[in-house]
Amino acid sequence: MLTGLLRAHLRPYRRTVAVASVLQVVEVVALLLLPTTNAAVINDGVVSGDPGVIASLGALMLLVAVVAVVAGIASVSYGARAALGLSRDLRSAVFRRVLELSDHQVGRFGGSSLVTRTINDVQQIERLVLAGFTTLAAAPLTCLGSVVLAVNQDVPLSAVPVALIPVMAVLTWVVLIRMGRLYARIQPRVELLNRILGEQISGVRTVRAFVRDDYELARFRRTDAELFRLSLGTGRLMATLFPAVMLVSNLATVAIVWFGGLRVGAGAVRIGTVNAFVEYLVYIVWSIMLTTFVFITIPRAAVSARRIREVLDTEPEVTAPSAPAAPPPGAGRGVAVELRGVEFRYPGAARPALSAVDLSAGPGETVAIVGSTGSGKTTLLNLVLRLADTTAGSVLVDGTDVRDLDPGDLTRTVGLVPQRALLFSGTVADNLRHGRPRATEAELWHALEVAQAAEFVARLEGGLDAPVAQGGATLSGGQRQRLTIARTLLRRPAVYLFDDCFSALDATTEADLRAALAVETAAAAVLVVAQRVDTVRDADRIVVLDEGRVVGSGRHEELLAGNEAYREIVSSQPVRLVAP
Amino acid sequence: MTAPTTEDRPAVRVRAGRRLLAQLAPYRVHLVAVALTGLVGVLAGTVAAPAVLGRATDVIFAGAVGAGYPPGLTAEEVVEREHAAGNHGVAEVLGTVDLVPGRGVDLAALGRLAAVLLALYAVAFVLSTVQERMAALVVRRVVFDLREAIAAKLTRLPVAYFDSYPRGELQSRLTNDVDNVQQALQKSVGVVFTKVFVIVGVLVMMFVISPLLAVVVLATLPLSGVVGAVIARRAERRYADQWAATGELAGHVEETYAGHQLVTVLGRRRQVVETFDECNERTFDSGLRGQVSSGAMEPAMLLVGNLTYILIAVVGALRVVSGSLSIGAVQAFAQYAGHFGNNAGMLAAVVGELQSGIASARRVYELLDAEEEEPDRPAAERLAPVRGRVVFDRVSFAYTPGVPVLTDVSFTVEPGQTVAVVGPTGAGKTTLANLLLRFHEPESGRILLDDTDIATLPRAEVRRATGLVLQDSWLFAGTIADNIAYGQADATRADVVAAARAARVDQFVRALPEGYDTVLGESAGISAGERQLVTVARAFVADPAILVLDEATSSVDSRSEVLLQRAMRSLRAGRTCFVIAHRLSTIRHADLILLLDGGRIVERGSHEQLVALDGAYARLYASHAPTP
Repeated sequence: MLTGLLRAHLRPYRRTVAVASVLQVVEVVALLLLPTTNAAVINDGVVSGDPGVIASLGALMLLVAVVAVVAGIASVSYGARAALGLSRDLRSAVFRRVLELSDHQVGRFGGSSLVTRTINDVQQIERLVLAGFTTLAAAPLTCLGSVVLAVNQDVPLSAVPVALIPVMAVLTWVVLIRMGRLYARIQPRVELLNRILGEQISGVRTVRAFVRDDYELARFRRTDAELFRLSLGTGRLMATLFPAVMLVSNLATVAIVWFGGLRVGAGAVRIGTVNAFVEYLVYIVWSIMLTTFVFITIPRAAVSARRIREVLDTEPEVTAPSAPAAPPPGAGRGVAVELRGVEFRYPGAARPALSAVDLSAGPGETVAIVGSTGSGKTTLLNLVLRLADTTAGSVLVDGTDVRDLDPGDLTRTVGLVPQRALLFSGTVADNLRHGRPRATEAELWHALEVAQAAEFVARLEGGLDAPVAQGGATLSGGQRQRLTIARTLLRRPAVYLFDDCFSALDATTEADLRAALAVETAAAAVLVVAQRVDTVRDADRIVVLDEGRVVGSGRHEELLAGNEAYREIVSSQPVRLVAP
Repeated sequence: MTAPTTEDRPAVRVRAGRRLLAQLAPYRVHLVAVALTGLVGVLAGTVAAPAVLGRATDVIFAGAVGAGYPPGLTAEEVVEREHAAGNHGVAEVLGTVDLVPGRGVDLAALGRLAAVLLALYAVAFVLSTVQERMAALVVRRVVFDLREAIAAKLTRLPVAYFDSYPRGELQSRLTNDVDNVQQALQKSVGVVFTKVFVIVGVLVMMFVISPLLAVVVLATLPLSGVVGAVIARRAERRYADQWAATGELAGHVEETYAGHQLVTVLGRRRQVVETFDECNERTFDSGLRGQVSSGAMEPAMLLVGNLTYILIAVVGALRVVSGSLSIGAVQAFAQYAGHFGNNAGMLAAVVGELQSGIASARRVYELLDAEEEEPDRPAAERLAPVRGRVVFDRVSFAYTPGVPVLTDVSFTVEPGQTVAVVGPTGAGKTTLANLLLRFHEPESGRILLDDTDIATLPRAEVRRATGLVLQDSWLFAGTIADNIAYGQADATRADVVAAARAARVDQFVRALPEGYDTVLGESAGISAGERQLVTVARAFVADPAILVLDEATSSVDSRSEVLLQRAMRSLRAGRTCFVIAHRLSTIRHADLILLLDGGRIVERGSHEQLVALDGAYARLYASHAPTP
């Protein structure tokens, strides 16, 4: 998963990574030269008591140190460029893919999960790649270089650093694996604990009403205690790892001193060499630890990679046609919308959400769709705008199958006001102009008039320039609905789809709005989904849906007289209060 | 509803820091042990060992040079010979070690030193393992205590507190902030002791070996300080930019995904992608600048460290040649200097960690200090078996003083009666229910339950007498059986099944493959209507004398709707019932209808009375009655 993802997105940065690696080689070689030169200081300068040699070797060391720092800084810069570039590209790929997915596909992931995948999961990968690129060549090379230099100075004594490598590797590896296992058990408990807390916060009224605080506390404590036990386990492992690493490298130092003493006594090596060996050990330990830290981030990055791949591997359910049909005419000439034998089934669902639905609205005609929650009303509207595609049958706009239309032409022709009245952060005008970017102020006010929103917008401090918080949190539900209606009106589509978007309005406002809308949308085909009978009473035709099927169609009076399902809907109407 | 205060004055931080320290107090025995083991471990492994290692080097060196001279001479004679030959440097070097001409490396002495080293390292290993384990225990204990305190606090906070904070914000304090405190403690408890011991011990050793070299090393300290500070300041600024850019990017992504459908509906894909690309590029740029600045830190500090290393090597070598230091002493000194630099750097990093941890701790303390529900009165009365007579006696309530939500509300409900509370959004219907359940306390007036003021009763007592069915149908992620049994602490499986039958839950539960043991989660496929039925079953299990029902405003699928209506009707039978009503059928059959507006009862009576009154209710009824 992880390697596949990296391979695919690293391609553009091969050169950058190569440069970073070469620079690291330079840095490591320079750093490794320091102890070697120091050995020469002792062997050739100190032992022969020559201050001149000491001074000139000192100058050489200084030069080498400067080369190391320059190469080091440059390699970090190149490594970071590749790592951050990769994460930028990944983010972009995920974001673009999410935009191509259907609403239902987005819903399956969950909006917040997708945000996490786009931002946090990519960050995890970035962290790994950043650590990887800045140590990619350095760590193994340091290890290897130390061994080469050691062997070059004395072969028998090199047995100590060579033996140290596998011991260290096995030690850190064993600890890492056990650590990984512990984390695998910790993670679900952390999530459970968070979920319990979340439930307690959102369900505080129920918890208190049933006097279950003690139960909730016990539920929390059980998980918390397990978490404590497991996290103590990780603490103990770490408490063993670092002292153990120190112990092993210290033992190796003692071995160097002892065997080095023997070799010096035998006249095989000189005293400075023993000193250099001790420093090689430090380099080896350092490089193995560094590698370990990169490896530590791998499991988490792998999880993130899987989550990112899940998004990238999701094929969009709705795709644009390769050769789009001619665009439907603008609002000037009427456009009809028609559903023919439409069936829609969510992937893997046992029952279709819609089946055998026939329905049509000509220019100037208003068709209302009623039915209980889950009867498929919203799905039906979504099919027109290709927020999802039918699994059988077809949806025609102006006689053309919507799947043959360019998506841009389709959205220009069909205007949907969704159920959830969502606004974006920005001003009122910004939000309205999402409907029509170049709308004049006069056009904005006109749309607001029709949507019965002009009055309250005029009263807002700043009017059209009044700020709207994300989601429209500062406005009431009814105000938000009216703004979203105005936003769609500005698009002047030839087909209007209203998805239960009058629900938060009081009866008087809704009546005024419907009257104004009737004038504005006189030439358009209109589909209205509604919960309330008031909203649909005057429609040219009312279609009754139940469990995805059309169970009645006709005018209000006809249905009331002859349709059981419609009568049931009317009788179970929630009451709406006008302020008395 | 105000957002949480986030004042961050130094005094506040100091107070939070002190309090965090106070939380460590119960573990002071552990902490003393952590300090002592740390001290001894540092003395053995970091302070003593390099000196012994230096001695070993000297022994080897003495053997190496000693072997080159004929035996029988004394060391002084060898030194004189070298001086005479003009090799003054060599002569001085020879003077720094115990030279025995003609003898090779003294293996017995070397062996002794190696044994001492092994012992020192073994002691250091054992003690540091013990120390780190103990520190880990203390840190996790403290964090555990903190989490327990939070969980307990949640049960004592008034319901209004939960309403006034954004849900995510509250949860973030409980999870991210506590995590952050743990991180900070993990990197500081224990570590602080060892670092300080190392720095002091190593400094002493450096001065003992060579005051001159020690001064040289200390002289490079300001250099590393300046380099570090300059780079850190730059990196910090860049990181701030990066966080800002990432925040903006995340905001855009979040808003786009939240309005995913709208992007298509409004045909805004192109603009959205353009904005994203801009933000993404900015994040890349600022991130790169941040990485390059902070990435320069390591090589730059390495350079400073290497400069010190070179200085020690060169100055040390010259001191050896002049006869004032032995090679082993220089080698030991180099090790001490290395430890000194590393530990000073790490101590500085701990300070940063602690700062971030304290900021988080402060947010947690803010929650822990929030005002709690008034405790039950000490001499709280107990209720005899509740009959269910409820009297609101001139009750007024306001969330914020001066903005009344309920004003002077009085009414009486006899046992077994149903009251339908009707009114527009914001009329105070929910507040009425909240007061009855004592989620809030009235500002003035009394609420009587069987003629006892509920303010004098224990809250648990009042709530046990009252059942609640809300329209947002809160269920937790457990089995269906557990969720039903939630209504009654000691409910048996038989009670659960009986309640499920009464609430019409039994039928669909039996159809599920796992039956009552089906775990409700995000994916467990039960519909919104079925979830509501489960909440009704939960209320059945509780078997309260009084019920508070919040009717759903939107209809569920028609089959569930019918079941729900029936289940609610049987639940209401024989109980005093408050319905926040949205359905005409419910309202029409209520014993008492309260029409609320602006926090006052504007009309009251039975359906027939109110229709006869020909007021607001009558108009409402007329507009909704099905026209045949």
